[in-house]
Amino acid sequence: MDLFIDLLTGLCFFLGSLCIIIGACGLIKLPDVFSRIHAAGMIDTGGTAFFILGMIIQSGWSLITVKLLLIGIFIFFTSPVTSHVTANLAREKGIVPVGKKIGKLL
Amino acid sequence: MKPLILFVILVCLWLLMSGHYTFLIISLGVLSCAFCVYLANRAKLIDDEGLPLFFLPRLLGYLMWLFKEILISNLNTAKAIISNNIKPETFTVKASQITDVAKVTYANSITLTPGTVTTKIKNNTFEVHALNTDFGNDVRSNEMDKKVKLLEGER
Repeated sequence: MDLFIDLLTGLCFFLGSLCIIIGACGLIKLPDVFSRIHAAGMIDTGGTAFFILGMIIQSGWSLITVKLLLIGIFIFFTSPVTSHVTANLAREKGIVPVGKKIGKLL
Repeated sequence: MKPLILFVILVCLWLLMSGHYTFLIISLGVLSCAFCVYLANRAKLIDDEGLPLFFLPRLLGYLMWLFKEILISNLNTAKAIISNNIKPETFTVKASQITDVAKVTYANSITLTPGTVTTKIKNNTFEVHALNTDFGNDVRSNEMDKKVKLLEGER
């Protein structure tokens, strides 16, 4: 049973690391600010979600599980706000996104 | 009524976070929670926007659906980055929600799913940036808009 739990944790950490590595590659190679935010969003959601899930599996049922869940919830509610602020500031400063524009923008 | 609910939520949070259950610690916790509720009440923060209780009955189902969507779009974003399928596009969508909290929830949900970001908001119109056409079509299909509308309930 212990081995099974360790394997499951390892799998979660592997998937989380994969998300973070691909997101980091995206941060370097995507063309402009707005596209790069998508890669950062991948790190924010996929990376943290898998890592916290792995730690929850490892910790078993205790107060620590609840605290980890709370960390997850707070990141879940705050990370889109920072993404939106970055994107909104870039737009307000007059940076026009690369690529197709459909219809009239705000 | 609402200050009381906020007080109960804060005390539960304190009990879960502290882990020390002696009389002194718990009484200090209850006192600080009461002080917080007093300040929030004085600043008139406890209304439908500060404590959106009307979300609660349907929140769990929505969160499950959102987690599924986030997982799928994480996979798609990873695929798009690796296979270099990047054709960014910017467009506007209409939000059908009435309350501000529901609009914020919708905009945050769009931003939370990788591959789409809300860049500007004006009244009922969101400007959305998508990594490629598939992600754009996902937002334009208005599926998430309908789900948040359901979450908001009858107004």
